[in-house]
Amino acid sequence: MEEGSLKKDIFKVANKKLKSRLIVGTGKYKNFRETAQAVKESGADMVTVAVRRINILDKKKPILTDYLNPKKIIYLPNTAGCFTSDDALRTLRLAREMGGWKLVKLEVLGDKKTLYPNMIETIKSTKVLVKEGFKVMVYCTDDPLLAKKLEDCGASAIMPLASPIGSGLGIQNKVNISLIIKQSKVPVVVDAGIGTASDATIAMEMGCDGVLINSAIANAKNPIRMARAFKNAVISGRDSYLSGRMKKNFFAIPSSPTDGII
Amino acid sequence: MAKIQLNGKKISIKPKATIYELLKKFKLNNKKVAIEHNGIIIPKSYYKKKYLKNNDKLEVVHFIGGG
Repeated sequence: MEEGSLKKDIFKVANKKLKSRLIVGTGKYKNFRETAQAVKESGADMVTVAVRRINILDKKKPILTDYLNPKKIIYLPNTAGCFTSDDALRTLRLAREMGGWKLVKLEVLGDKKTLYPNMIETIKSTKVLVKEGFKVMVYCTDDPLLAKKLEDCGASAIMPLASPIGSGLGIQNKVNISLIIKQSKVPVVVDAGIGTASDATIAMEMGCDGVLINSAIANAKNPIRMARAFKNAVISGRDSYLSGRMKKNFFAIPSSPTDGII
Repeated sequence: MAKIQLNGKKISIKPKATIYELLKKFKLNNKKVAIEHNGIIIPKSYYKKKYLKNNDKLEVVHFIGGG
């Protein structure tokens, strides 16, 4: 094998350079201590966070930034729970004011039962945010045409769903995800629906630039260990993709030489 | 006293209080929050200059865990 074939593989998204291709969500954990431990085990450089009203009356309530230092890990503010473009824009403008975050995750939902993205509102919001100087990673359906449209609108990353948010069903439409990977010039990050570590490996082997995981780690019986499983799964999948897999054959081909058999 | 709505809850504050004073009263770190005053986001540099009046609506948000 030639030298340098194990050269560093950096994940570039917008203006950030990440060592890990695993982005993790910080929701649904038992407490912030568990969140912080899982994030650490996952090896992620970037975490998604939500913007919510502060609890004015309960001053002793712990806050996320005390457990995950935004100076040490990249916060990716997210518009989870927004069902209109106006709500999403409001949320991200507030996030930017909070600490100058320009790299954000846009998610405009269209249906409470499936949490499927409303692509009309999503495209509308992407245009506004790009115009305002945001770098937008966009949660979207796995429709290649709409993914292309988002890229044309200036999205910094395309984030198609593997299956509905929190479903754990894994990648349901590999063909569409592959089409999006092939056509995109910006990173493609599979977001939502990943259920277990092997799902992430499959996404990475297909050529995704990264995966975003929340429920699959937080809802595992042992989230800390599952975080590590995902770290390894993403590394494996990426290495496998970069290595170029062997060809599939219909019949057996022996692994040992057939010459000199006694 | 002035009556304002803070994160959806009605509260009374002393008249002519600024946003900065309100944050101090509730022991909130202005570096860790963002504020919307009557639907308009207030830059941090204006917290000391922005006076609150009767019926004002204030939203104070921060980051929490989320996907």
